[in-house]
Amino acid sequence: MSDAIKGLLHLAGRILGALAVAFALAGPAAAQEKKPIKIGFSMALTGGLAGAGKAALIGMEIWRDDVNKKGGLLGRPVEFVYYDDATQPAKVPGIYSKLLDVDKVDLVVSSYGTNEIAPAMPIVMRKKLVFPSLFGLAVNDEFNYDRYFQIMPAGPKPKTDWSAGFFELALAQKPRPTTIAIVAADAEFALNAAAGARENAKKFGLKIVYDRTYPPATTDFTPIVRAIQATHPDIVYVGSYPPDSTGMVKAANEVGLKAKLFGGGMVGLQFAAIQKNLGPMLNGIVNYDFWVPEPTLKFPGVEEFLAKYKEAAKGKGVDPLGHYLPPYAYAYLQVLGQSVEAVKSLDQAKLAAHMHRATFDTVVGKVKFGKNGEWERSRVLFVQFRDVQPDNLEQFAGPGKRIVLHPKEWKSGNIVYPYKK
Amino acid sequence: MKISAFWVCVVLIFLAGLGLTHAAVNPYYFNALYVILQATIMAVAWNILGGFTGYVNFGSAAFFAVGAYTAIALDKALGLPLPFLIMAAALVCGLIGLGVGYLTLRLKGVYFAIATLAMAIVIETFVNNWSYVGGARGVYILTPEKHLWFDHYIEMLFVVMLGLALAAVAISRKLNSSRLGRGLAAIRDDELAAECAGVPTLRLKLVSTTVMGAMMGVAGAPYPFFVTFVDPISAFNLFVAVNAIAMPMIGGTAHWIGPVIGALLVGSLQEIITVTISSELNVLLVGIMLVLFITLAPQGIVGLAQKLRRRFFR
Amino acid sequence: MFSFDLLANGLVAGILLGGFYAAVAIGLAIAFGQLDIVNIAHPAFVIVGSYIAWILNSRLGLDPVLIGVMVAPVFFFVGAAIYRVYYAAFERTGQESLSGLAFFFGVMFIIEVLLILVYGVDYRLVNAGYIGETIEIGVVGIPLRMLVPFLVAAALTAGIYLYLSRTFMGRAILAVAQDRLALQLMGADPVRVKQFAFGLAIATTAVAGALLIIIGPVEPSVGRQYIGRVFAIVVLGGMGSIPGMFIAAMILGIAESLVASFMGPSWAPAVAFGLLLLTLAVRPSGLFGRQ
Repeated sequence: MSDAIKGLLHLAGRILGALAVAFALAGPAAAQEKKPIKIGFSMALTGGLAGAGKAALIGMEIWRDDVNKKGGLLGRPVEFVYYDDATQPAKVPGIYSKLLDVDKVDLVVSSYGTNEIAPAMPIVMRKKLVFPSLFGLAVNDEFNYDRYFQIMPAGPKPKTDWSAGFFELALAQKPRPTTIAIVAADAEFALNAAAGARENAKKFGLKIVYDRTYPPATTDFTPIVRAIQATHPDIVYVGSYPPDSTGMVKAANEVGLKAKLFGGGMVGLQFAAIQKNLGPMLNGIVNYDFWVPEPTLKFPGVEEFLAKYKEAAKGKGVDPLGHYLPPYAYAYLQVLGQSVEAVKSLDQAKLAAHMHRATFDTVVGKVKFGKNGEWERSRVLFVQFRDVQPDNLEQFAGPGKRIVLHPKEWKSGNIVYPYKK
Repeated sequence: MKISAFWVCVVLIFLAGLGLTHAAVNPYYFNALYVILQATIMAVAWNILGGFTGYVNFGSAAFFAVGAYTAIALDKALGLPLPFLIMAAALVCGLIGLGVGYLTLRLKGVYFAIATLAMAIVIETFVNNWSYVGGARGVYILTPEKHLWFDHYIEMLFVVMLGLALAAVAISRKLNSSRLGRGLAAIRDDELAAECAGVPTLRLKLVSTTVMGAMMGVAGAPYPFFVTFVDPISAFNLFVAVNAIAMPMIGGTAHWIGPVIGALLVGSLQEIITVTISSELNVLLVGIMLVLFITLAPQGIVGLAQKLRRRFFR
Repeated sequence: MFSFDLLANGLVAGILLGGFYAAVAIGLAIAFGQLDIVNIAHPAFVIVGSYIAWILNSRLGLDPVLIGVMVAPVFFFVGAAIYRVYYAAFERTGQESLSGLAFFFGVMFIIEVLLILVYGVDYRLVNAGYIGETIEIGVVGIPLRMLVPFLVAAALTAGIYLYLSRTFMGRAILAVAQDRLALQLMGADPVRVKQFAFGLAIATTAVAGALLIIIGPVEPSVGRQYIGRVFAIVVLGGMGSIPGMFIAAMILGIAESLVASFMGPSWAPAVAFGLLLLTLAVRPSGLFGRQ
């Protein structure tokens, strides 16, 4: 027994040794005249967040190609080094450790989602790196890191700013609504959104008549919607993920939900496939979004970017229109790239100082960060679906279907109230 | 004197680990080794109930997660240092293991496996609703400020895991070769016959589930410090349970070294793939390895080695 | 917040949901309940069924249920082939249970990755005329999106139950579950019978998958959510009993629905699986299982 085991262990040792050598040699190659600038990150390419993660990656690659066409950053070509974190937070520390200590990347950016951003924070903080981040809610509230920059336009107080617009819209209506139902999925983002909604409800003096959460794997939402209906709320705020958002909208239609305002924090209603499938069931819903093809949001470069995205996304099994995450994935790299060019170096301290000071021109408009790395001013859009036709994807590529109601400077139409089918 | 050879190896490996932290090695390797060592402890623990005693536990993730959440709760409430958190996790999860053993004492085979799965889901639901540790919203645990004489907190976590893994292997080995282990093997092979032969099956089963539970809890206790953000979905995730089963199966369930080999091999491969080819292929790898090994080498690598040895040394 | 309306609707919603769960679980009731094959990849096959329904629905506009029924024979042959491999590797050598479990774990991951590679990770949904319509009967509203899967599931369960109890092959399947040797002595080849049964089990996943994608959006990793539920249903109902499985599915659906209507939906999984644990503690063979 022991001979065979010993033999096996010996062989295993040789194999591991060979792998280690191969591994080490795979590191920095021979020096070239224009050494590339390496940007490292992890991204969810499999698992629950992969739909958005893959779309984001496509947006990021478009940025890289655009920059390289114009000669790169500081005259050097830009390269990505990235690994799949499979929507598993446990993989993130190892990945960022490898990126920094073995692959020796020059700059890092984050993965998508709070679960995947948070595990990287201790590593980037230790190395004092600038960390542009992609869509995590209030991650920096815990760490208070002064080199964290979040491209999601939640605002300086992300948890409450997230839903503030929904409430402001509600309270501007006559007669003033008095009761609210809050429902959310039992998962990080949805619960945080609901917590913020709760605070806002108290602040604006609304009575909370229903306040429950549901397990994310719920199949049928009809009982939940009926339970909400039974409390007769004036407005309904939902924090949900794509499958449950779909379920809630369908159930609301089937039950005939009589709220005056319905929507709020439903992720997934921004995705083309879901929009196409839900069709007219979406009409009247007021939900958050970050960019829609309305005339008030024609930022320089965004339409060009979306056209390139549409081409690149063909046949890749991701969102065909890419309105939600990809423009912001492009933008968080723009912020990084513009800063590098502005300070003319890769020095992290200089980059951080510049990112706090400057206002950036990106495909999602002007970006200015506040002290905690969140946007100085909230730009969570609240849009209402209108005139949506059944089974038509292309209608969402242009204006008129998602009317921006709030904030005022981006408003493209007036609310239809109460929410009617 | 086979026994002291083992202990010499254990001490040498531990010293090598310590030495590694002094050498100028990239912190990345400590990250990777942490994950592999965690998988090793889980595999060794699972095998005590699964391989030695023959009871398949589907709910490994629950023990692991409760270990992690115990550490989180005590860290938040009392700010205890890591060794206390580990001991507390061992205690709590050991008790849960004991409870599982009692409640399922009439269940055999696949019914037991389903019961462990059900128990894991029930525990996950409770944790989801326990807002003190963040519930479904998740909780942030900042990395330890104090990390003894090490430069980097990951080096300390690595050394802690190394020590725990070696202890787990030692315990597993002791169980395997002792009289207790023979009793467990008797239960695995034919429980009714064992009872008739006078083996105290209930007591042994309870020992098995308790030790397994405690070990898995211990594997989970340092996890919050490693990953910084813990939420039930990621702590109770399917891969923890699958790996806990797959690694001992690939390594070989009958011998104490089987899960170690399985965990080292599969864990290393998974880590390497994560940072090289990456993407879906990582999941594909687990799948293909499972299918290939199970069909071609049902007794695992240890079984394969035994077969080869018999073939070549006849 | 109790009201008769809510109770009635909760019960009806639970029954409809339970019917759907039965459709997903019936294949496992055959494979696991009767043949003792721990096919943990069963939900993964259901997802494959969903994707087939999606692609034919979006390309050709066919009704998903129709697609499920049309594609079922293909799934049957795939199931039979997989059983061949399973038999050769495990049953012949007497290694089942644990090895079979690990084997199907592997199969589950391979299927999931293949789906990702072929179809990508975006959510897929289907269109059918009845999705979104509701029938009102008194205070109870019945969404067709849930009713159609229920009716199909009930038909499927009844059909399989009758098949198993009335036809020769069906009774051979029941026999091989109870006493393999006796079956051999009566002149039927147990391996062929089991192969047929497993093929049948996989064939049901084609239909179950179509029903799943009618109810909600699907992406490759959705299958994992159903693993616990389907095994719980088969064990709760009792190994080998099709009517038991159907009732267990109803119980699960109603429990989830009522908890969601009256308590917090958060607690639904604890209630459902708590019921299972209770049953296992009191009556390990399930509600209607063979002893």
